[in-house]
Amino acid sequence: MKNYSGFSLLRHALSGHRHWPRAWRDAEPRKSYDVVIIGGGGHGLATAYYLATRQGIKSVAVLEKGYLGGGNSGRNTQVTRSNYFYPESGAFYEHSLQLFENLSQDLDFNLMFSPRGILAICNSRHEMETYRRWANAIQMNGIDSEILSRQDIRKRVPQINLDCRFPVWGGFIQNRGGVSRHDAVNWAYARKASAAGVDIVQNCEVTGLVSSDSRVRSIQTSRGTIETGKVALCVAGHSSHLADMAGLRLPITSVTLQAMVTEPVRPIFNTVLMSAQIHVYVAQSDRGEIVVGGGIDPFNSYAQRGTLNTCRDNYSALLELLPIFSRLRLMRQWAGVCDMAYDVSPIVGKTPLENLYISTGWGTGGYKAIPAGGDTLADTIANDRPHPLIQPFQLDRFETGRLIDEGAASGVAN
Amino acid sequence: MLRIPCPYCGTRDQEEFKFGGESHISRPENPEQASDAQWAEYLFYRKNPKGIHHERWLHSFGCRQWFNLSRDTVTHEIVEVYPMGEQPQQGLTRKENRDNE
Repeated sequence: MKNYSGFSLLRHALSGHRHWPRAWRDAEPRKSYDVVIIGGGGHGLATAYYLATRQGIKSVAVLEKGYLGGGNSGRNTQVTRSNYFYPESGAFYEHSLQLFENLSQDLDFNLMFSPRGILAICNSRHEMETYRRWANAIQMNGIDSEILSRQDIRKRVPQINLDCRFPVWGGFIQNRGGVSRHDAVNWAYARKASAAGVDIVQNCEVTGLVSSDSRVRSIQTSRGTIETGKVALCVAGHSSHLADMAGLRLPITSVTLQAMVTEPVRPIFNTVLMSAQIHVYVAQSDRGEIVVGGGIDPFNSYAQRGTLNTCRDNYSALLELLPIFSRLRLMRQWAGVCDMAYDVSPIVGKTPLENLYISTGWGTGGYKAIPAGGDTLADTIANDRPHPLIQPFQLDRFETGRLIDEGAASGVAN
Repeated sequence: MLRIPCPYCGTRDQEEFKFGGESHISRPENPEQASDAQWAEYLFYRKNPKGIHHERWLHSFGCRQWFNLSRDTVTHEIVEVYPMGEQPQQGLTRKENRDNE
């Protein structure tokens, strides 16, 4: 597989771009593999890539029931940051952000990583105290964060309505955070994984996991039965569904998170803005669309659409803070299925079944974790023990009570 | 906007209600003797089905009563409403529903 370059672009331009090779092989599933990863989203593909390139395990298949990256990896709002409260979270997400900082070079694919800053604003004196504590916690985690005043915020976001229903008191920013192109991350990992020997099998739905004596023996799919040494579930939005096939219960609830984009306009908004109280987060894509997200639809759902009242609440919050967008037309709305753990922190690592590994509980914040999630899960699978960065995020924390309560820390779906 | 059939007030908009999670979960009988695993099961582990879900709703901005619903988590169709403290009559998964038609 040739690397992308200015020369390759020019060469293909001369032949009308009709001869670009496939970015990844359309593999037929083989009868057996050392590792089968169920779920062809960012985490599954990244895990496969790191297994093949860092762990030396190339007998790997990624099974995707639909099209690659068609789940949450293709539906998120692209926020890439590491400004979490707890040290365990900070360490993990910072590893991911640092991977992102060089990932376009490493994967030979333009991921459009744009560290334009992620700014969290608050709307009361009490919230400001909480935000100072949060910003300090981030700094104590060795990660960048900076407290901002109302004037600082006005300078960075000239369009903001500082005197909205609950006036803006201030906030804090992680300057190294920002956005990146979600589809590109999926495709980049897929391309490199496939080139390294991983079989990526789309339109292959897992219909059963045959297990005995605490081991998964084989996987039943819509394209045949596959024997495997190890299995990893990377199926955001369907974790309980797949786990159930192995007789495994999970502390997971699946809920809807919506997102939407407006018609594209000229570059006007140069940061990522989040407000917990006026519940919205917003950025401008590289195509010019204003990308908006907000709160979850608070009931179990696998429908991937959400309800209009929540959509209305999200854009009402947007217009309260940024009335300049009121005349833009909403172009598209969609939703994903978020697997929420009770403490809104991920569950990554081993399960009670010997050869079954799981990556779940990413909730509304799994996209930014793709590089670190893949790296640590691949290491965990190869060595059959949790990677140090995900040791705090094991399934057994729900029994020991050692929850990592980022839900409480952030106050919102993050 | 889901339309929720409150058994006391009739069908109302979802915004009048608060979702109360999975139904039929009981606190451990003897709390002092319950193991960590039993507490985890009670507090955190959930069925989370892709299909019929038995769940609790509170009519916060109406009669303020709790009740149970059986709702399909894929289509959002509500197949049954029944009082708190009772069991569903139609405790079937979506797949079984289809097979029985």
